[in-house]
Order: sequence, then C-alpha cells, then structure tokens
Amino acid sequence: MSMRRVETGISALAALLLFTVSAGAEGPNLGQPISEADLAPWDLTIMPDGTGLPPGSGTPAQGKQLFATYCAVCHGENAKGGIVEGLVAENPPPLSGPGSVKSIGNFWPVSTTIFDFIRRAMPYTQPLILTNDQVYALTAYLLNINKVIGETEVMDATSLPQVKMPNRDNFFPEFPKLMPRP
Amino acid sequence: MKPNRDGLAAHAVASNGLLHRRALLGRGLALAGAMGAGVGVSTGAAAEPLTEPDWSLVPGGSMPPYQVPSRFENNVVRLIDNPNNLPQISHARTPHQLLSGVITPNGLHFNVNHGSVPDIDPAKHKLLIHGLVKRPLVFAVDALLRYPMVSRINFLECGGNSASLFSNDPAQATVQQIHGFASCSDWTGVPLSVLLDEAGVDPKARWFIAEGADAPHLTRSLPLGKAFDDAIVALYQNGERLMPGNGYPMRLFLPGWEGNMNTKYLRRIKLTDGPTLSYHEAHTYTDPLPNGQSFQFYFVQEVKSFITSPSPGVGPKAPGYVELTGVAYSGNGRITKVMVSADGGNSWGEAALQGTPLPKAFTRFRMPWQWNGGPAVLQSRAWDEAGNVQPTRAEFIALRGETKSPASWQSFPSHHFNAVASWAVDPKGEVTNVYA
Repeated sequence: MSMRRVETGISALAALLLFTVSAGAEGPNLGQPISEADLAPWDLTIMPDGTGLPPGSGTPAQGKQLFATYCAVCHGENAKGGIVEGLVAENPPPLSGPGSVKSIGNFWPVSTTIFDFIRRAMPYTQPLILTNDQVYALTAYLLNINKVIGETEVMDATSLPQVKMPNRDNFFPEFPKLMPRP
Repeated sequence: MKPNRDGLAAHAVASNGLLHRRALLGRGLALAGAMGAGVGVSTGAAAEPLTEPDWSLVPGGSMPPYQVPSRFENNVVRLIDNPNNLPQISHARTPHQLLSGVITPNGLHFNVNHGSVPDIDPAKHKLLIHGLVKRPLVFAVDALLRYPMVSRINFLECGGNSASLFSNDPAQATVQQIHGFASCSDWTGVPLSVLLDEAGVDPKARWFIAEGADAPHLTRSLPLGKAFDDAIVALYQNGERLMPGNGYPMRLFLPGWEGNMNTKYLRRIKLTDGPTLSYHEAHTYTDPLPNGQSFQFYFVQEVKSFITSPSPGVGPKAPGYVELTGVAYSGNGRITKVMVSADGGNSWGEAALQGTPLPKAFTRFRMPWQWNGGPAVLQSRAWDEAGNVQPTRAEFIALRGETKSPASWQSFPSHHFNAVASWAVDPKGEVTNVYA
C-alpha cells in the first residue's frame, strides 16, 4: 500500500501525523523545508486558466518595439522568420498532416503558453531579462500579428487567459488511459 | 554436419537468402562450411606468412586516467549539427552503424539540447519539490546521492527520431542520420515516488510539472501516475555520473516515454491538478494529422526496430555470408519477436534475440543472411509483450500522413515515427534508404 492511498482514506490531520512519523522512520528524509515565499522566485509555472500570471500589462504597439529590439535578430523583421522560425501563421487552422508549418495563430491551443515560454526562455541568449510588462507586451504583439486579438487590446493576468486560440479544439490525447482522471 | 549445399537449403527460412537463426550458434560454423562459395572454404587465396608486428616488439604506451577508444576508432563519433553553438537547437546523433550490443557508450549517447549544454556546478544545484504537497522540499545533489537507488537498463528516444521517414520521398541518409536519436543506457537514480512521499502528496494532485535549470528552463507536464510507476531522478548513466549533454547533475528519467519529457538538469517538480501546456508539449512535440486533429501528450515511444548493419555506408563487401543486425525496443515493455525480410516484406524469417530481452530497453537482434549478390530490400519488424506490432510504413502513413513534397533528413515534418524502415542493397553492395 502506498502512502498516497493511506492518506486519501483518513483525515488530513491524521495523515499529516502519520506522514511525519513514517517519513522520519522509513526514508532518508534529507530534503530541506522551504517556505512558499522563498521558493516563489523559481515558480515560473503558468496554467492555462491564468494561475501563476504575475501583475503587469502590455499592448501590441509596445510589443512591436520590444520585438525589434530583442527578437527580430533571430525571428526576423516583424516575426516573418530569420535564422529560426517565423512566428506568424501562414494559413488558418486546421493544419493538415506532416510538414505543416505550426505557428501561434494556427496551432497553439492556449494563449498562456506564449507568456510562459517568453518569460522562461527568451531572449534565447538572455532569458529572464524582460520585465513582466514587457512579456505581456510581446505576448500581445504576437497575438495581434497572428490576428487573434485587436491592435489596441491590453494583455494582463485577467485578459490573457480569456483569449480563445483558433485551433484550441483540435487536440486529443494519444494515450487516453494514461491521462489523469479529473 | 557434413558441409554440402543441401545444408544451406535446409536452413533457409525466407526468400532471398535469409537463414534460420540457429546458424548463428556455434554449430553454425558447420553451416558456414555448408555455404560452399559463401564463407571461404573454396574461395580464399592462401594467407601470407606470419611475422611479428612492430607493437609486439616494444612496450606500449602509458595508461591515461580516463581511457578513450583506440585512435583507429576515431570515426566512431556522434553527428553534430551546431558545432559553432549558434543560438538555436543542437543535435548529436548516435552512430548505430558502428556499434553493437545494447548499451550505448556515454560519449555516443544522443543529445537534443534546446539551449546548448549548461555547465552546472553540482555543489550549487538544487531540486525543488512543491505545489500540491504538504511541505515543499529542497534537495541538494549530495543529499540525493545518499538515497537508496535503483538501476535499470532502458532506451531513451527523442520524439523526433526517424522523423525524416515522414517525407513522401525517401531522403538519402544513414542509419545515424535517420535513427540516431535513440540510445540505451544503464540509468541509476532515486525513485521519484520516494521524494514525493517525503514531501507528502496532496490527494488533489493529478500531474507533476518538471523543469530544467538550463537557459530555456525547459518544462513538461506528466501524469502523477508515472511518478509512482517507474520514474526516477537519474544521477548515473552506465555507472558514471550523467554526461553534461544528458542532464548532469540530474535528470528526470521516465522509462519508455518521449525523450523530451525526461527533463534534463532537473531543478523543479511542481505537483498540480492539470498540465501547464508548455511550449514543448503545446507546439513542438505535437503534430497535426491529415484530418487536422492533433495528438497531444504522446507519452509512449511505441514498438520499433531498425537494422543497423548492413546500412548505408556499411554495406556487404562481397557476396556470401552477412550478419544482419539491429535494435528493437518498445516503451510498452519487452520485445518478444523480431522478424526480418530480405525481399521487401514478401517473406519473413524470425531473428535471434540476444540475451533475455529487458522491458523498455534495446534488444539486439541478429539474422544470418546468405547474400547472392543480387538486389535485396532489408526490413525488420518487432513485436512487444503488450501485443503491439510495429506497423508497416503503409499502415502508418494511412493514419499519420506524409509530406506533400520531399523533406530532408534533417527535417522534422512530424514526430513519433515507429514504422518499418527499409534498406535496399544493390549488386555493388551499396545500401540506400527506400520505401517498400
């Protein structure tokens, strides 16, 4: 029987007591406790419902300027492609089969992925240098040039998760039995 | 067994020269004699008189602290595509055509790095476990090294391995170029379940999100069930600490699952109630089918095999006895059978599996072949213990599609290709990639 099964069957307090005793007795238990506040700088995870999005905001116009400064060197002028792929959808969804050029506007299922990826990984040679406002602005710019949002729409922690991506309904799990139950 | 030509006919198991696998056993030597013109009882010129070579007449060189292969093996290297470290993805492919057995040497294990190879000081690296847990914990590398460990021999395969076979026209490429994103090692580490139990899993948790300490902070979402099945935090690879390109000082290792999910440079695991839909799971390793629908969360690397020799660049040098060999593996368990064809799939013979096949590991197969010097199309097809059979390419592309124009061997038109691959052998012994 696993610890998890034990815990689901009894009260939270009892589980905590059991856990404390058994962990000390059975395992090496060499992890160091850390508070939520102290681990926060590493918690980059953003969920599709917007959980994890930080304060801040940005517009497509602001993002256009930032893109020219930080991104165009690799992704090309106006995100049309350079030494790496362009970021503007060439055709509307759905795509068809191998060799399709997947892009934000015609493929990505949720909008939060854009913020998440820019913040954690871009610019490629200097990740994590952008402010949250700048990441929102670049996200807004990419959504706009992919014709998903209008030129004046402001992206922030409330508006971004509400953006409906055009291809969102075209995904299904390859291995349904391996997917966790809700 | 008396050598004669009737012996050869008795051992044929499929057309175009495939012989029964028992010809690989010691008694196969008698069979070799039976091949007459094949192996050399009647063809060889006499050997030259023997003399002492130079290296037998003086003491040799000193022993290096960490030995490397003979200088005569300096062609046995990975194929790398970003030697100048441009700001883009870097690939290194395993030279299957020059290897044997089932363990990939550490220096030859494939790498796909989305942010080059970080130089991580293990004294400063940490693993955070948090999210839906009772108490978040931070583990130092030295602390993890004190935990009870498990070792498993498992393959690792990139979701993009063999992707150029989605091309509608077969790209001319070697087994290294086409299938070089699969390797197999003895991985040692701490069961992830042990660490999660110490943090105390909240019953609401359904997924865990792994993240690396490399510059892209690469992140993937995994079902929590895998953590309590066979996932480990791997610290050792073939007995020594992980190679930098393979995730030093620690990586997530998920036996049988898509390579990219096996997060390298592992620094954080967050338990959640859902997936994050990161770039690499929302964009890179998911692909549209011909009907516009896309698979998502393509966890398992399914049953597959390919012939490593003969293959392009290492074709048979002369008619006669040739050993066909390759690897088979499945993310769903053990390999149970490999069939080989020398006539493009019209007839098949069962290959010999080396040793006892291990679950989710390379299994080496071998097949004796008497090449008559004529054209041949070599194929292998694998079965696993879960009852899955490697699809033919025709079956596979009927569902998954192929490109509308030829794609190069460097391209990734789609992912998760596991269909039968074919090598054509021409009368000169040259081998090319074909569809059959």
